[in-house]
Amino acid sequence: MARSVERGSPNGLAPAKTMVAVRQLDAYFGAHRAVLGAAIDFVGGEVTAIIGPSGCGKSTLLRCLNRMHETVPTARVEGEVLLDGRDIYRRGVSPIEVRRHVGMVFQRPTPFPTMSIRDNVAAGFRALGLRAPSRSDQDAIVEQSLRRAGLWDEVSDRLRDSATALSGGQQQRLCIARALATRPKVLLLDEPTASLDPLSTQKVEELVHQLRGAVTVIIVTHNMQQAARVSDRTAFMLAGELVEIAPTPTMFTTPSDPRTEAYITGRFG
Amino acid sequence: MGLAAVLATLPLLFLLWHLLREGSSAIDVAFFTRTPRSVGESGGGMANAIVGTLILVGIAGLIGLPVGIGAGLYCAERGTARLATTVRFLSDVLNGMPSIVMGIFAWHFLVRPVGHFSALAGGIALGAMMVPLVTRATEEMVRTVPTALREAALALGYPRWRTSVSIVLRTALPGIVTAALVAIARIAGETAPLLFTSFGNSFWSLALDQPIAALPHQIYTYAITPYPEWHRLAWAASLVLIGLVLLISLAARFATRSRHGGVGD
Repeated sequence: MARSVERGSPNGLAPAKTMVAVRQLDAYFGAHRAVLGAAIDFVGGEVTAIIGPSGCGKSTLLRCLNRMHETVPTARVEGEVLLDGRDIYRRGVSPIEVRRHVGMVFQRPTPFPTMSIRDNVAAGFRALGLRAPSRSDQDAIVEQSLRRAGLWDEVSDRLRDSATALSGGQQQRLCIARALATRPKVLLLDEPTASLDPLSTQKVEELVHQLRGAVTVIIVTHNMQQAARVSDRTAFMLAGELVEIAPTPTMFTTPSDPRTEAYITGRFG
Repeated sequence: MGLAAVLATLPLLFLLWHLLREGSSAIDVAFFTRTPRSVGESGGGMANAIVGTLILVGIAGLIGLPVGIGAGLYCAERGTARLATTVRFLSDVLNGMPSIVMGIFAWHFLVRPVGHFSALAGGIALGAMMVPLVTRATEEMVRTVPTALREAALALGYPRWRTSVSIVLRTALPGIVTAALVAIARIAGETAPLLFTSFGNSFWSLALDQPIAALPHQIYTYAITPYPEWHRLAWAASLVLIGLVLLISLAARFATRSRHGGVGD
């Protein structure tokens, strides 16, 4: 019996709900404003892609969602980002707490070179110190996270080996497993396949597909085909401005803004 | 250019060859187990100076390593802060400071007020020399850790200090260990800062508040005497000191090739 799955409720169970709401967000590097008055809702359990030419502010917007933007000297943020209804920029909210709920994977794989494969995956909750789960619980979470990242079968017999011994694609999936291990509500992917070969890219994309429903995924990419393949919705940014957001099929067939159309038909960028 | 390269290694080779020829004859078990005898008596060794050097270097390391590594980490992590710039500049100045000046300084503040020479004063003088070496080297090593790694840790919810210590410092560790060993090798041979601090001692002593013997200082003392027997011992002590430094340098090389890599790889 076939069942149609509605957009906005990809797991077919929970009703569509906004997980991350960005309100009038400005992001600065010193006096330069990299993101201008962004407003966007990211639906829970969906995959949203942010596309746009280099330097359009898409990575900066992404880094505002887990308060990583402010770690750069002179960088600052104005506006609101509501995570599950709570403003992460409200006074008294700890960026560390925010980052435990919002995982991030970067353009280049960043396994910790001094740690084994297992310890890399466990790194996120080992940082909790005394509040970290017991060793056997950790092992269970490590296995589960590696399975979710589609890496378990490839590394299960060498969990004690250095993470640097893995290939680039495996390292990137390890980083995804590491981000998933703390059970984040949101996963931010900042051009996660930019440094990978086509086969590894395909694996990461399949992984993003499998995560739909369980995690809210926001992926920045300058590869439009990738956005079309993996996302439910696509947002287009240009020169710091969020031009348009629409369901992905609509975006790539009948965009409403002429600038979006110009970009996706390859007239610039 | 090839000739220059050969010429560059000549002094070391000549020195080693000469040391082996002059010094090896005086090296026996007694050299490592006995204290010096009076002039005229044969035999005797430099056990007290060997242990003294180890003690002095130990004190220096206890001071120089934590302070140097901490300061280096600070400079690397807060590169543009005014304090970091100041520390960097002062380290360079301190690095260029003649070691005899360091010795006078230590004498003025650590020996004169107390009224007598001590191992502690010597160790502190050596430790002060170590600080700028370790600071600058640590900073350089920490800077080679990619920013991406730091960001990855922060994004996982690591507090800033924990990122610095368990990710950045840990990744740079093989390089820092090497730098630390090189600094130890460097100060182990220093003589000038010890002249008026640890002073030297012909007898067995482990007391930190008393004068203590040290290999480089013992070499100096023996070499300026007119006795051929003591000259031979000075050569032997030189050989042992060089051997010690060589051993530390080898350990430094080995440390960079540690397993699980890090930046040194």
